[in-house]
Amino acid sequence: MSGRNAILGKLRGALGAAGESDSARRAAVEQRLAGAPRGLVPARGQLGAKERAALFCSMAEAVTATVERVGASGDVPLAVTRYLRSRNLAPSVRMGEDERLAGMNWASQRSLEVKHGPADREDEVGVSHAFAGVAETGTIAMLSGKENPTTVNFVPENHIIVVEAADIAGDLETVIARMREKFGKGAMPRILNLITGPSRSGDIEQTMLLGAHGPRSLHIIVVGE
Amino acid sequence: MNEDTIKKPRIGLFVTCLVDLFRPSVGFASVRLLEEAGCTVEVPMAQTCCGQPAYNSGDREDAAAIARQTIEAFEEFDYVVAPSGSCAGMLKKHYPSLLKGTSYEKRAEAFSAKVHELVSFLVDVLGATSVAAAGKGGSVTYHDSCSGLRELGIREQPRKLLNSIEGVEIREMENADVCCGFGGTFCVKYPDISNKIVEEKTACIEATGAQTLLAGDLGCLMNMAGKLHRQGSPIKVRHVAEVLAGMEDDTPAIGGGGR
Amino acid sequence: MEIQSPQFKEKARNALANEQLQRAMGKAKTGFISKRKKSVEALPEFEDLRSSARAIKDHTLAHLDLYLEAYEEKVKASGGHVHWAETAEDARQAVLAICRAAGARTVTKGKSMITEEIALNDFLEKEGIRPVETDLGEYIIQLRGEHPSHIIGPALHLNKEQVEEDFRRVHTQLPEERDLSQPESLLGEAREILRPQYFTADVGITGANMLIAETGSSIIVTNEGNGDLTQTLPRIHVVVASIEKIVPTLEDASQILRVLARSATGQDMSVYTTLSTGPRRPGDPDGPEEYHVILLDNGRSSMLGTEFHEMLRCIRCGACMNHCPVYHAVGGHAYGWVYPGPMGAVLTPSLVGVDKSGHLPNASTFCGRCESVCPMQIPLPRMMRHWREREFERGLNPATQRYGLGFWAFFARRPRLYRLATSLAIPTLSGLAGRRGWFRSLPLAGGWTRYRDLPAPQSRTFMQQWQARSGAPHGREGGDR
Repeated sequence: MSGRNAILGKLRGALGAAGESDSARRAAVEQRLAGAPRGLVPARGQLGAKERAALFCSMAEAVTATVERVGASGDVPLAVTRYLRSRNLAPSVRMGEDERLAGMNWASQRSLEVKHGPADREDEVGVSHAFAGVAETGTIAMLSGKENPTTVNFVPENHIIVVEAADIAGDLETVIARMREKFGKGAMPRILNLITGPSRSGDIEQTMLLGAHGPRSLHIIVVGE
Repeated sequence: MNEDTIKKPRIGLFVTCLVDLFRPSVGFASVRLLEEAGCTVEVPMAQTCCGQPAYNSGDREDAAAIARQTIEAFEEFDYVVAPSGSCAGMLKKHYPSLLKGTSYEKRAEAFSAKVHELVSFLVDVLGATSVAAAGKGGSVTYHDSCSGLRELGIREQPRKLLNSIEGVEIREMENADVCCGFGGTFCVKYPDISNKIVEEKTACIEATGAQTLLAGDLGCLMNMAGKLHRQGSPIKVRHVAEVLAGMEDDTPAIGGGGR
Repeated sequence: MEIQSPQFKEKARNALANEQLQRAMGKAKTGFISKRKKSVEALPEFEDLRSSARAIKDHTLAHLDLYLEAYEEKVKASGGHVHWAETAEDARQAVLAICRAAGARTVTKGKSMITEEIALNDFLEKEGIRPVETDLGEYIIQLRGEHPSHIIGPALHLNKEQVEEDFRRVHTQLPEERDLSQPESLLGEAREILRPQYFTADVGITGANMLIAETGSSIIVTNEGNGDLTQTLPRIHVVVASIEKIVPTLEDASQILRVLARSATGQDMSVYTTLSTGPRRPGDPDGPEEYHVILLDNGRSSMLGTEFHEMLRCIRCGACMNHCPVYHAVGGHAYGWVYPGPMGAVLTPSLVGVDKSGHLPNASTFCGRCESVCPMQIPLPRMMRHWREREFERGLNPATQRYGLGFWAFFARRPRLYRLATSLAIPTLSGLAGRRGWFRSLPLAGGWTRYRDLPAPQSRTFMQQWQARSGAPHGREGGDR
């Protein structure tokens, strides 16, 4: 505790925090934390639903994700199988207990093995369902939990993420607002992953190479219009 | 005095120490350009240097004394003009902060509002779009000196006036906005690093194939000219004001000998 | 890490003569700049976002004590622990205590400049705990026993051939005839070598790009995914972050994210931006069982409210060094401590003392390019000048420099005397050069003439000529005081 008091004491000393000015400072902090005012949100993502989804797709492709659009969630298992085949990947995927994924007819893909639970080192392909997309930057928002374990986002070499077109927001601020609705003000899921393209590194001679420690490929399946 | 002279803006020319000592022709070019643009030019004798050598060495006391002396010498004029982005930046941007909280604070602010770098003054304040000079023409490349570019926003103004001279062709160099490595006392305190930076700069200059290198600050020009000459380059180096004033014929380029 | 900043000049000279380094720096200086420019130009609101981000940090710093308290409360509420560390030693001991309690033998690390600042790796090794850097660049320099030369590109000073050499030297379990000539193969090998480490480590240590007071979350921003594996797979996650990393709300973090990656690598967003809040929750199938945050001061509270206050806005994007001609010339190691480039030239004297790092704020041309690209609008040149002022006040500059400056200032403050002296000296100097127009060497001008020629003065001074031309002097005569 002594470190705490010493640091806070030094800060208060430097800021001249005492007496009445301090109650004004406290009020300012409380107000900001409670109000969480939005800052400047760029115009780029402020579009109608259709254009928003299109922008999301093109931004994601610009960061070397691959994107596929399907009409309905029922089309997802076939899309996954086709993707695995096109990439010469074994027909086996890892996924969590997401209800939307569970509601899809995976049995229709006869050769496909579906493993549930957190990812382990043997898994080559992970399938996740996104909480949201962000059109402004082509970003996917993933929440931790048994529905979509965080390890599925990082351990397998290939990651397939399903996102509903209706869940694609223009900007991160909208996703934050939806998260507050879901978890309550000031509360968070344990992990929020904002994923923008597949893993990469520029650490050797500033050449950007895909597939550093996270997935080498990121395939996004957008469901619906 | 006729009506005409009464209306003329009265300019106090801040010559800058390097121009005063090393290249007076830049000062005379400035006078010519300002007079051609309809100004009355005067040169207060109580000027020495803008004070940057002290200011940038951490010696605020001497810098402030020089600032006060400069303000006193120049505050009577309508405008204070200097043929240097660096010195003009010192007068305009740094005097007020240097004298903040002293009895000169207000005077420094009023003074600051009058200060301009020469070429941007001609274009931005006097609205010049061309110069009268009919120089020799030829290909030139222009280096954007740091203070002028980043403290005073000088970039298009010199190019605009150069383009108004028939026969002048501007060949832009790569990294025109990157420092030449001069940096005032930096170039003698850290000569090895300064040399590396100016080598990069002269490579960019050479790559343009231009006959002449121009810039608006004599410090940078002497640095680049000195390196080009050491490297045996035939590229001529001049202050932009000399070209704009059409003084190339009677004034040899930097290092071209005295008159 | 031991400070070597007093040897800056010597280290700079060695760097300039190091061909490998110069080749690597040649590649480094073009990429970052053009990528940043492109992404900034594609976002019309970028300049306004800089102002917005700056305002957020200014507000936060003015209320730093209160936001830290709010943050701590939220971390605790989410089941995490907060450790306050006044000094680097306090932080090291806090990390050690956590590792000891867990019986840890191996820790994996995400990229973190703060753990460089507190020299955590050396310390842990001495205590018998093996730290494994997992960021590719950090891994490479760990193999070499080096320190980062850039805050976001630790191995920026190396060429791929050097990396190949190190991998062959260390990864002796792999076949000798393997092809490592391409960066791809080097990356692949590092991935394979490091993968098992994540699963065997007992503790994962990361830094934080931001801490959010509203939610008690820590944020890491990475491209590789190593930071996420580091903080997800081991049983314990330790965040080491300095106190100025705090921002009030999620919205504030979002504003700063919009300028961070663009300024750093020219990406709109880095690949992985991860917000972590507390340990594994009931029902979670993965994630750490313990979540610790070590809040480090280490001199920052002493910067608050001083002329170096604004440095605390820094978000460690590296844009200043990416655009610095001096950094390009000598690379990061010449600076002799953890933080290189313009931000290091301001921060290092603040953290270790200007008496030990005086060269850093002096080795700048004040070209201002750093400030012009800083997403937080930090007046870096101005603060370097403030360090020079502190040095001057304390008499830390070399005597020759002070003497020269004093001599010059004596004349510069006396216009009449100055004119007299220069009207004698300049024509003499001009005459000395004769018709050559140049000096190849000149007494007292060795710093200049070692590398370049000095143009001779044209003839007499401007003031002499002007007075002669106009007869009577214009303007008021300057009196000497």
